[in-house]
Amino acid sequence: MSLKGRHLIDPNDFTMEELNEIFNLADRMVEERDAFGEICKGKILGTLFYEPSTRTRLSFESAMLRMGGKVLGFSDAGTSSVSKGESIADTIRVLSSYADVMVMRHPKEGAPKLASEYSFIPVINGGDGGHQHPTQTLTDMLTIRRYKGTLENQTIAFCGDLKFGRTVHSLISALSNYKGSKFVLISPAELRLPGHLKSSLLEKHNVSIYETESLEEVINQIDVLYMTRIQKERFFNEADYMRLKDSYILDRHKLKDSKEDMLVMHPLPRVNEISYDVDDDKRAIYFKQAELGIYVRMALIALLLGVNVNAYS
Amino acid sequence: MLTVNSINCGIVIDHITAGNGIKIFEKLKLDEVNFPVVLLINVPSSKLGKKDIIKIENKIDVDITMLGLIDPEITVNIIENDKIVKKMNTVIPKEVQGLFKCKNPRCVSNFDEYVTPKFRLVKANGKIHYRCNYCEELTSYSI
Repeated sequence: MSLKGRHLIDPNDFTMEELNEIFNLADRMVEERDAFGEICKGKILGTLFYEPSTRTRLSFESAMLRMGGKVLGFSDAGTSSVSKGESIADTIRVLSSYADVMVMRHPKEGAPKLASEYSFIPVINGGDGGHQHPTQTLTDMLTIRRYKGTLENQTIAFCGDLKFGRTVHSLISALSNYKGSKFVLISPAELRLPGHLKSSLLEKHNVSIYETESLEEVINQIDVLYMTRIQKERFFNEADYMRLKDSYILDRHKLKDSKEDMLVMHPLPRVNEISYDVDDDKRAIYFKQAELGIYVRMALIALLLGVNVNAYS
Repeated sequence: MLTVNSINCGIVIDHITAGNGIKIFEKLKLDEVNFPVVLLINVPSSKLGKKDIIKIENKIDVDITMLGLIDPEITVNIIENDKIVKKMNTVIPKEVQGLFKCKNPRCVSNFDEYVTPKFRLVKANGKIHYRCNYCEELTSYSI
């Protein structure tokens, strides 16, 4: 099934073959970016950002501009017709005739899904509350695939806030479709992966899951270490926070026991969970990861638009 | 033993789990109608031990999906000329639209009033839940 005209609301909207199609095109775009500089000429990306998001919005805009397309939209609901009380349905119906593909970020969970029911053009979920952020997941998957050569047979550790972190939920769910995936979950007891998600992973995919509070205990067995930020307010009491806060900060000292080819990833922005002294280590690829986010969004937009990706290469 | 006359033309909602009768009575707003209605509670039942029954001396539209959601044991009999002309069994609906709200306060379906909440049946840990089509949160229906 072609990706042309489809929506991306949840990473599971696409099959593994369709995801591969996106990643293969993104790989080509990384290798010869200039060859794709005109493929979206005459096309418009609508950016509907109902809440501020510098990083995601700019990466989408950059992706479209790098393919010769144009961008229009709003980056704050206060400056749009939304502030006059217009419904999502009406905004989407109108925007559908102004653009060829749209990305929507909204604080209400399920808003992009609702938008897709009224839209005549493809809708990309750019993050809906604590629910999904599928293009971050695609970015993470492309990064692992490029650096490890495959998404199969990887031991992937998630460290930090695994309870509320939507990037973790989306990525772990997507990776569980790949054979040989092993997950190591490093978090304080209060911030463990939600039970319903864990049981669904174990029931549906029969994956291996190991839970621990200690990063040091497992760091030598990991292929990919996905760090996330822990907010102090997520802890139930101050004593636990003081006891555990340092154990989720990655520094050069902890890194010395890890595999030579381990990848350190982070969805960014980081606060203090990765020391700056790690940035120079070859295992630290979080800035490369952010860069790959542009390419995966370029590939996604091009395929949803159905433009000829072979015309210029 | 208490006896209640059979109805000539109308609907009998039978095999209601004891205790649910009053809830269904209220849900169907039977206290507001102007035709005869009888609610029987704790009636001896060989199948359920005891059950509730609602007899309605009028043909009204009864939402079978909603009844199945409340109590999948229920049967609905349509009576004409003192005879059962149709017997319907309720089932746990696989999809539900608009009968209840998503429990997630951040779900878009709780904000935009033109949105009809939609759910799909899922069974988790042996319990029946409904997954919201918009935000994917699980909601259990209770009356």
